[in-house]
Amino acid sequence: MARDQNGKTRLLQGNEAMVEGALAAGCRFFAGYPITPASEIAELMSVRLPMVDGTFIQMEDEIASMGVIVGASLAGVKSLTATSGPGFSLMQENLGFACVTEVPCVVINVMRGGASTGLPTSPAQGDVMQARWGSHGTHPIIVLSVSSVHDCFEITVHAFNLSEKYRIPVVILSDEVVAHTREAIVLPDRKKLEVVERIKPSMPPEWYQPYEDNSRGVPPMASFGDGYRHHVTGLVHDAHGHSTQRPEEIDAFQRRLFRKITNGFYEIQMTKSMLMEDAEVAVIAYGSVSRSALRGIRMARKKGVKAGLLHLVTLFPFPKMAVSGVLRQCRAVLVPEMNLGQISREVKRVNTSSKVEKINRIDGQLITPEEICERLREM
Amino acid sequence: MKDDRYEIRFGGSGGQGIILAAVILAEAAAVYDGKKVCQTQSYGPEARGGKSKAEVVISDHEIDYPKVIQMDLFLAMNQVALDAYFFDFKPNGLLLVDSTFVEQMPTSRVIAIPFTRIAREKFDRELVANVVALGAVGHFCPAVSIEGLEKTVLKKVPAKTRDMNSQAFLAGVEAAQSFDLSRLPRSVISDEEREV
Repeated sequence: MARDQNGKTRLLQGNEAMVEGALAAGCRFFAGYPITPASEIAELMSVRLPMVDGTFIQMEDEIASMGVIVGASLAGVKSLTATSGPGFSLMQENLGFACVTEVPCVVINVMRGGASTGLPTSPAQGDVMQARWGSHGTHPIIVLSVSSVHDCFEITVHAFNLSEKYRIPVVILSDEVVAHTREAIVLPDRKKLEVVERIKPSMPPEWYQPYEDNSRGVPPMASFGDGYRHHVTGLVHDAHGHSTQRPEEIDAFQRRLFRKITNGFYEIQMTKSMLMEDAEVAVIAYGSVSRSALRGIRMARKKGVKAGLLHLVTLFPFPKMAVSGVLRQCRAVLVPEMNLGQISREVKRVNTSSKVEKINRIDGQLITPEEICERLREM
Repeated sequence: MKDDRYEIRFGGSGGQGIILAAVILAEAAAVYDGKKVCQTQSYGPEARGGKSKAEVVISDHEIDYPKVIQMDLFLAMNQVALDAYFFDFKPNGLLLVDSTFVEQMPTSRVIAIPFTRIAREKFDRELVANVVALGAVGHFCPAVSIEGLEKTVLKKVPAKTRDMNSQAFLAGVEAAQSFDLSRLPRSVISDEEREV
């Protein structure tokens, strides 16, 4: 179907572009369970993966899907699953396991409306805090968001790269609007794409300590079958991978998991500023809402409001440097979200003095440019 | 920033092929005419029936908001969709309806063509009503070339049905050619709206 068409203009859905991004990043394993509005990802993966000697498995549920992609990654294969809210809830336990065992993998959550079964065909952004804190206990995780078909390709490649580089699961939050919008896209030449592979051990097997600290805080990762003895457990473990009760080992282990992300903060923090040079008020937005925001800002500028946009790509670790810059520059910021205020609270945590306002919609509809423009004029 | 969004909405019920029609229009504009496009849809959980809408925004520039803000063209394939989605028109926007199913017109500025009846009588297949309608849309829509649209239709349909779809498309263009846009009544625009 869609092979070897790089360099040509194509009309792709967000979900389809995510598949292209995953394949370009070297993903060769997908396990999942179909769910609206994420099903197209599994559907297309089931066609494309066998063509590149990859593996597609439709699992019995999302608990198993998440478990299986962790297993595939431990065997050395870049792996992906995609779901929506109800499935994402089921994935939390094994997602936490992947965080603690430092197994690279990418989880796409195409957000839909409501809690529980909710509104399968409507957009929402209600899973932001779940993506960060859905799994229990102190654990780091990277959460990225997408807002266009081009993003869906590019950010998916980034997600795999960050995941491999830092040995950490990466969650990509999409939403129904981004997932099902079709846009023209020219896929870049594969040879020009930066694709990161995990670091493998180079020492003799008898010297290998699978969780030994180093300057980056990211130990080399042996694949099952490489000949390196390797114990994987969700229990807090020492450098050999065996469970430990010793406070100094526990502390060192837990802090290393965070240190590797803190070390890479500037690379992981991805934001885009638009029309910010002379901005007096700003919108901080992510996902499909950032597109309404850009339109709303342009409308407001026609009416004399000096407004700008900070578009968040990385949601966690929260890009506080970029947000703090905007808060210092502007007298007020507006955080529109399709939830009752999840990122707006993170913005307030960074904030010192400027006013943080919100627009919240939970009726299954995308926030409109008019709503944003009108609010900007009042601010 | 120059604003050159051309915005089209397709409304109908599930199974009438309106999402496919929108996808074909968007692909033609993107691939053959090199335009920027955004194609979106909203639909209920049911696969058949219900009401659904699909939208296409076409521009020479990067498109920010992906959905329709004000329509230049609205194709309504039945009464329910027409009643539900007949709002947000640009001044002198064009309403195109399938008069097989639409009986009550909300405005006199309307082009009524019996797309489904044409499909049934000429091709014995109601299924191609969306392609007949697409021919008419292509004729009235200045943002897409008719040649690119026809080629895209033929690329997107099963090989066996290419001849029928090609004729269906031409039947739509022909039906549309019998209308003179300049003779349609103009929108009544208040001064307030003119400013927008």
